Amino acid sequence: MTITDILSLSPLIIIAIAPVVIMLVISVIRNYDVVYGFSILALLGAIASIFLIIPVIPHLIEPLFIVDIYSLFFLGIIIFSALLVTLISYNYLKQLDGVREEYYIVLFTSTLGASLLAVANQFIIFFLGIETLSISLYILIAFQRSKATSIEAGIKYLILASVSSAFLLFGMALIYTASGTMQFNGIVLALSKNSQLSPLIISGFAMMMVGIGFKLALVPFHMWTPDVYQGAPSPVTAYIATVSKGAVMAVLIRFFFITRGFENNYLFIVISGFAILSMFTGNLLALRQNNIKRLLAYSSIANMGYLLIILLTGTNKGIQASIFYMISYFITTIGAFGVITLLSTCKNEAEKIEDYRGLFWKKPWIAIVFTLSLLSLAGIPLTAGFIAKFYVVFEGMKTGLLVLVFSLIINSVIGLYYYLRVITMMFSASDETILPALPLIGNITLLLIALSILILGIYPGWLIDIIMKFVTL
Amino acid sequence: MILVYLIAVLLTGAFLAWIAGIWNTVWSRIISIVALSIDLIQIIILALKPVSPASSWIIDFKLDWIPEFGIGLHLALDGLSLLMLILTFFLGIIAVLISWKEINSKVGFFHFNLLLIMAGIIGVFLSLDLFLFYFFWELMLVPMYFLIGIWGHENRTAASNKFFLYTQASGLLMFIAIIALYFVHGHSTGSYTFDYLQLLGTKMSASTGLLIMSGFLAAFLVKLPVVPLHNWLPDAHTEAPTAGSLILAALLLKTGAYGLLRFIVPLFPAASLTFAPIGMLLGVVGILYGAKLSFAQTDFKRLVAYTSVSHMGFVILGVFSFNEIAYQGVIVQMISHGISTGALFILVGQLYERIHTRDLNRMGGLWEEAPFMGAMGLVFSMASLGLPGLGNFIAELLILVGVFKASVLMSCLACLGLIAATIYSLRIVQKVFLGKKNGIWEINDLNVREKTVLAALCIVIVGLGLFPKPVFDIAKPALIKTLDIKEKTIHVEGISKNETGEKSIHFYQISK
Repeated sequence: MTITDILSLSPLIIIAIAPVVIMLVISVIRNYDVVYGFSILALLGAIASIFLIIPVIPHLIEPLFIVDIYSLFFLGIIIFSALLVTLISYNYLKQLDGVREEYYIVLFTSTLGASLLAVANQFIIFFLGIETLSISLYILIAFQRSKATSIEAGIKYLILASVSSAFLLFGMALIYTASGTMQFNGIVLALSKNSQLSPLIISGFAMMMVGIGFKLALVPFHMWTPDVYQGAPSPVTAYIATVSKGAVMAVLIRFFFITRGFENNYLFIVISGFAILSMFTGNLLALRQNNIKRLLAYSSIANMGYLLIILLTGTNKGIQASIFYMISYFITTIGAFGVITLLSTCKNEAEKIEDYRGLFWKKPWIAIVFTLSLLSLAGIPLTAGFIAKFYVVFEGMKTGLLVLVFSLIINSVIGLYYYLRVITMMFSASDETILPALPLIGNITLLLIALSILILGIYPGWLIDIIMKFVTL
Repeated sequence: MILVYLIAVLLTGAFLAWIAGIWNTVWSRIISIVALSIDLIQIIILALKPVSPASSWIIDFKLDWIPEFGIGLHLALDGLSLLMLILTFFLGIIAVLISWKEINSKVGFFHFNLLLIMAGIIGVFLSLDLFLFYFFWELMLVPMYFLIGIWGHENRTAASNKFFLYTQASGLLMFIAIIALYFVHGHSTGSYTFDYLQLLGTKMSASTGLLIMSGFLAAFLVKLPVVPLHNWLPDAHTEAPTAGSLILAALLLKTGAYGLLRFIVPLFPAASLTFAPIGMLLGVVGILYGAKLSFAQTDFKRLVAYTSVSHMGFVILGVFSFNEIAYQGVIVQMISHGISTGALFILVGQLYERIHTRDLNRMGGLWEEAPFMGAMGLVFSMASLGLPGLGNFIAELLILVGVFKASVLMSCLACLGLIAATIYSLRIVQKVFLGKKNGIWEINDLNVREKTVLAALCIVIVGLGLFPKPVFDIAKPALIKTLDIKEKTIHVEGISKNETGEKSIHFYQISK
């Protein structure tokens, strides 16, 4: 390995070393605040190191990694989201009895897995990344060992994710058999030799789509989502909804684009089907939920459906739109779960919609953040979600994916209905219940999130400009 | 720059009113009035300035917003938007005044929402960039949703949800249409832009034009509302607090009418000509059906709400008859309906504050108790039925004359609407103020604040009825421009011109 190789992987290296350091520290002295402070610093260091890499990209480390501007964008999004999740976790974890420092170790290993996906250039890293991510998530989801729902969610995720990994692995193996290579760009070369796709390749792609469908919670592979979202500790739910899905999306987009999967009719139809099904199922099932975490779980299913539209455009502009969409969706989702986290205690999660009755009159500030997040998820102007949705509709119409765009529009209206239910609840008259005082770090994080939602909603030009200038695949 | 400043004043006022409301509610009311007054004075000064004849745009302001997509911050003012702005600020002040006693809880947040709606509405009236237009179009909804949902009557939640979903769904259709228009224009000319002035005269096939126009129509016809799409209106109007009903009826509905004049006709001249017979039919159905439903109501507020459906029927009828007389009528109708229906809603609100019911069967004989209120009720009922000397008469007469040139049948049918209006308006007077005294009500007549509000509205409606010429003069350049665009396109595209295309008739004689 050369110095450039090491430099270009520095964010991953920092994230890999950090949990080791934390482990060593814990063995000497167990202090929550020290571990917490170190985690924040390590994540900030990782983000800073991304900027150091910019001069050396695009850099290919044969045969495993590719570090280009696309990877850097996703590394940035992933690590920044991990940072936000860490920020909102402080108080939630602090109230926990027993060990809690290990939480940050696992958070780092899962972030490492997610980051691997962003730089994956071939199947081995792809699989390694997904497994590192999933195994860490089993632990995170079941972190509150004393709670039955938490254990249930952990086991559910363990079983289903293992099954889906098996599918994914088998799919990879089939494609390897047919093409003789694990490199993404090698596969496309092998494919282009024959005009007709062999059944092996097609079934390989299908198997892989099943595996990825599970990780992204696309319909019909979405069954685990509501239970896991509900059972996992709130900050972990935020993490699953953003980092884990974003990383899988990153590798999916890269793989799909390099292999020109959207040019294949079967695949195109199957993915369109996933997209439309996910949008409708997610939104329709969300309508009747009384648990806010389940509601957001279904909403995330629908949102992944929207994102798939971009996958099907098959253009660089589409990738740019997807990056903007993910940035906005991540910030918004972490905002929503951040509010839930801050209002929850370990023993008593604020997860019923009824818990939010009259929140606006009791804690106006936090209710405003929540309202902004929900409006952004619904895609109402002034929020980042509106511009993101506009971008998707825009690129979709440009490519002529009218059916998908119309499903998105219909679903936006359906989605609006359940977001409005929560908002109405927050603004309706309340009975007096005493809410926990809000921690300082959490408040600052929420302020940052609220500001970002507004800034991206009112003046998104600069970010779009950056994305358009740099991000291509 | 002054246009941005108008919006900025309202936004600043909104935040200040909210903050001030934490300590003292009176301050948030005063701040709101001050913010609206500053804007009103500004706009009146603008209106008094002599207009340069070269362009119909009085002010044209443009900045880049998201240049990557060709989205600009393009605000412009012409006669049409000028009149709408004056109406908006004037009624905004009235809305604050009538809420003085009615709104007692969460006062700061109420005025925050009120001013935010105002900002959204004037944004709609000023935007000349379709993306910006849609932005403001949606922006009006959220605070309006809160206004109905928080301060409304018993069924407020259902009503506010219905309102939001209806308008949002139709708005999204318009959103798709806007993007489609953007691409159609981009493909044919190579310049991708959301700018209204550049999108004018986009060449497209007849079917594409109809398809894209129907997206725009969906949004505007729901907002207006036109009969099969009017379902949200009675609920939203009835459940909203008085200020909410006033803004809904007097201003939000006008954004739909404004959209028809500003966007449908100039952007899709050929398609709108094809749609015209259906549009006029919808108008007539709206007039008659709205009047019929209005007559059948026992809830006073619902009754007034349905009269809006009827009156807005005249607007769409006029818009699709494509001649200047009708267009002048439409403008006057927009203003005088805002004033007269707004005033009726205010009366309903004042009555409700006193007797806590809106049931017409429990009212009666209130004239003796409250003669001033009764007199005002009579004036605005008369305005609603189109009595000569009041604004609505001028409006409806001009529309009917204009429509007569386009379609004799439609004009005749619409005339029946005037009779229907007489029936429901007289029913108001009879049921509420005259008739047998119900005996259970002991009420006070209006106080000074309430009298001032109604007197101001009364002056405007009479003034509009007697001296409508300033309104015609201000609106004329904008309307002629709209019709010109249509004429030219029709001419260039070689579509045979029918008699509806006539224009520039000396109609001042008629109104005199």
